[in-house]
Amino acid sequence: MAATGAGTPAADGPARSRRGAVALRQISKSFGRQSVLEQISLDIAPGEFLTILGPSGCGKSTLLRIIAGLEVQDAGSIAIDGQPVDHLRPAARVIAMVFQSYALYPHLSVLDNIAMPLRLSRLNLLQRLPGVRYLHPGTRRVATEITQAARQVAGILRIEDLLARKPRQLSGGQKQRVALGRAMVREPRVFLMDEPLSNLDAELRVHMRSEIAQLHRRLGTTCIYVTHDQAEAMTMSDRIVVMMQGVALQVAPPKAIYEDPSDLRVARFVGSPAINVLPGTVAAGSGIDVLGARLPLAVGLPVGTHVTVAARPQALSLTARPAGPSLTGRLVHIENLGSDLFLHAGIEGVAAPVVVRHDPALANMPGLGDMIAIALAAGRMLVFDGQGRRLTFEPEAAAARHVHA
Amino acid sequence: MPDSGELPATKAVRAPPRRRGHGAVAAVLAGPALALIVLFLIGPLACVALLSLTDYQLGAATLNFVGGKNYAEMLSDRVFQKSLTNTLIYVAITVPGSVLLGLGAALLIEADKSLRAFYRAIYFLPVMATLIAMSIVWELMLHPQFGIVNQVVKTLGFARVDWLQNQSIVLFTLCGIGIWQSLGFNMVLFMAGLTSIPKDLYEAAAVDGADLAIDRFRLVTWPMLGPVTLFVIVISAIRSFQVFDTVQVLTKGGPNKASEVLLYTMYSEGFEFFRSGYASAVTMVFLLFVLGLSAFKVFVLDKRVHYA
Amino acid sequence: MRGMRLGLIARILRHIVLMTMALVIVAPFVWMVLCSFKTQGEIFSAEINLLPHTWAAVENYGAAMTRVPMLRFLLNGVLVTLVIFLLQVLVNLPAAYALAKLKFHGRSALFGLVLLCLLIPAHATAIPVYIMFYQAGILNTYASLILPFTISVFGIFLMRQFFMTVPDDLIDAARVDGMSEFGVVWRVMLPTAVPALVAFGIFSVVAHWNDYFWPLIVVGDQALYTPPLGVAFFRLNDQGTGYGPLMAAATISIAPLVAAFLLAQRRFIEGITFTGMKA
Repeated sequence: MAATGAGTPAADGPARSRRGAVALRQISKSFGRQSVLEQISLDIAPGEFLTILGPSGCGKSTLLRIIAGLEVQDAGSIAIDGQPVDHLRPAARVIAMVFQSYALYPHLSVLDNIAMPLRLSRLNLLQRLPGVRYLHPGTRRVATEITQAARQVAGILRIEDLLARKPRQLSGGQKQRVALGRAMVREPRVFLMDEPLSNLDAELRVHMRSEIAQLHRRLGTTCIYVTHDQAEAMTMSDRIVVMMQGVALQVAPPKAIYEDPSDLRVARFVGSPAINVLPGTVAAGSGIDVLGARLPLAVGLPVGTHVTVAARPQALSLTARPAGPSLTGRLVHIENLGSDLFLHAGIEGVAAPVVVRHDPALANMPGLGDMIAIALAAGRMLVFDGQGRRLTFEPEAAAARHVHA
Repeated sequence: MPDSGELPATKAVRAPPRRRGHGAVAAVLAGPALALIVLFLIGPLACVALLSLTDYQLGAATLNFVGGKNYAEMLSDRVFQKSLTNTLIYVAITVPGSVLLGLGAALLIEADKSLRAFYRAIYFLPVMATLIAMSIVWELMLHPQFGIVNQVVKTLGFARVDWLQNQSIVLFTLCGIGIWQSLGFNMVLFMAGLTSIPKDLYEAAAVDGADLAIDRFRLVTWPMLGPVTLFVIVISAIRSFQVFDTVQVLTKGGPNKASEVLLYTMYSEGFEFFRSGYASAVTMVFLLFVLGLSAFKVFVLDKRVHYA
Repeated sequence: MRGMRLGLIARILRHIVLMTMALVIVAPFVWMVLCSFKTQGEIFSAEINLLPHTWAAVENYGAAMTRVPMLRFLLNGVLVTLVIFLLQVLVNLPAAYALAKLKFHGRSALFGLVLLCLLIPAHATAIPVYIMFYQAGILNTYASLILPFTISVFGIFLMRQFFMTVPDDLIDAARVDGMSEFGVVWRVMLPTAVPALVAFGIFSVVAHWNDYFWPLIVVGDQALYTPPLGVAFFRLNDQGTGYGPLMAAATISIAPLVAAFLLAQRRFIEGITFTGMKA
């Protein structure tokens, strides 16, 4: 892609966007002896909103910074729109980044902050010396165009009346928008966002989530978003990459990440309340034994192999008279959120209480301390092997599964 | 007989018991310090002001108030004029020199990781080595015939210079030694300022396209260092006004008062000629500058500069 | 930038510039030590002799130690700086505690006084204090070297800042346990303040070891000379005849501080600059 010339911004409608495709191949990075990224390969489609999700320290920020060009990978390559960018400095990659702390220039006004990327790219060093833009007509023209472009971006973000203020006079949400504006004004091929919402309070965060999502729909620019908040990832993304300890565990749309996790760690990280994890053993006759309950799932492993059975709270239900596989436990805690009700049951053989979703409208509410029976819906169980890898079931058992679902 | 409009006198209400004040204990704990403050700080300060209005000489039996006579004498005294001018020139040269070199050193050292501790140690050595001892070394090095500096100068093809003996040069030589001695101090202050600049500002600048070092400097480093720089300049100035050791050991204000400075004048008037009154007047001038700078620093700057 | 290092050329240039400046800065130290190993003839020769041809270290250092009581000067330095520091702790720490943690009438006035005194440069009070000591007859004694510095408003200020960060609960717990306020100062506050005390201590020791002005005016007796005076005296008396021993004397006088500095660089730099900023 050619570098920006003295192009005029679109006078009407949204800023012209570019939809860059990003290709990562085998990106690895270590700091000293600590391996931070292990052979990450990803293809990001043009215009896609991809979230890199993972706990602190999993390497997601490092990966983003490598894509930006702020860090250099030890191995692997990056290409944007088919063009290798490994040796290009950040600005030359035509990307823009929004930082967690916004990183606004404290001594410059909002307008100058937003305009800065354009000034750096369209004016040379001499033209940027103070006063030149008032003296030299050519410079003055370009400077005016730049200011116009900045104002337009400010308009899109609805911060036009803040243009004269300095960052220290702004609220968190406003600073957030200025940072977005500074990123947008360059019309980059890719937006990179490093946990931009984590410094905002909860309410503002929910609001900004939808604003960013709408902005993305409007601009259509490819967006790579890093966060540890699974709710953000689930609600904003086209696809999610779940990363842990430098490894990309799964890349899939949010629905698949939630319903069809490929790794136990992914299943545990996504979803609130957290998924229940139960120990199981492969039993004779195509089944899995879970603490005494028998699940008719054939996983094709030798009898006696230890597996893990995970069940979301909504895959378990309270039953008065258990018909299929079920567990019994003592009700130790009731979590009534108004819209949802969760029962915590202490079950022998499981350290943490098992959480069961219960419909608040139903009449059969047990009391604390009561023994309750929990039905396991075999079709909605997720089974993982000893290494945490997802196991699928075999066809005959699938037929059997449907009977009980 | 109670008046119709007046309330009957109410019984005095006992005030709620207060937490036991720590007055007595505080007096014991802070008492010595307070006494010493009066004895060695406030008291003498007031005395200096008063003495400057007298003709007191140490050991004299009487003391007369002479009003502004000392000041008049001072202002018309050629030696004092030279002293004041020299001090101001010294400050005017040493401060920019040590601040700029300190800033440059800090920028260069912080730019990369290698050998940081080594450079920092070397540049800081002159700050803490006894200035008297090092001045004597400088004297040897600057010796007209046998000093290493002149020998190098001659080898390079230039004529030798009378660093400390030439009236036109001696003050500048002392400035050089002063810069040598204090640039490490300023450097460390700048280094603290530099490390407190948030790293992501530089990253944002890189993403925005500030590829040249000069762009990063103008966009991030210099604006963030602004307050620190002002602070360092003022501290440097305060220290420079107090130049004394080098003058007393190397030149005694000579040759011909070419290197006479305020504190040296105060010293020779006050402790060689024992003209306490006159010396106090000189002290007051010294105080004017230093107190002014200190007050500026405390009331204006200390609020704006935060060190981690 | 994290992870981005300078290019190779830039790094080399950086080293060239820094190393050149470093050589200029360290030159006097190097020259001092080298000359302390040379004979007078070599020092005062018309040619450049970097390294000594004749090894005169033993004679020079011997002369430095014997022609003037160098050891005595060093001991004076140690004695004076240590006593000053100890007295500073004794006087100023309790005052800082009172200002930080106790409520009493006049607290803000006292603190205001402290702030005011921070502005006063050391040299300004010299004349009256000198006259005072003269009248008291204690000029030319250790007391005259030590007393004026026992009060350190800067120490009070620093310690007060520090004490204010100590949780009140800690102190109240001690009081409930029956500890007197004195006990609180020495057994509760002092241990927590050790890092700040170290920084202050370094600042104080360095400042007073290197102090020339005050000892110059109050001390006449050679037996009381601190290291700066000792070296200056040596120079005065051996004019032109003993540069080797003079350099040896200079080396000896700065050696203790420089050695301590090289061993604990970071602490020293913190102590002198961040505390010394107020000076």
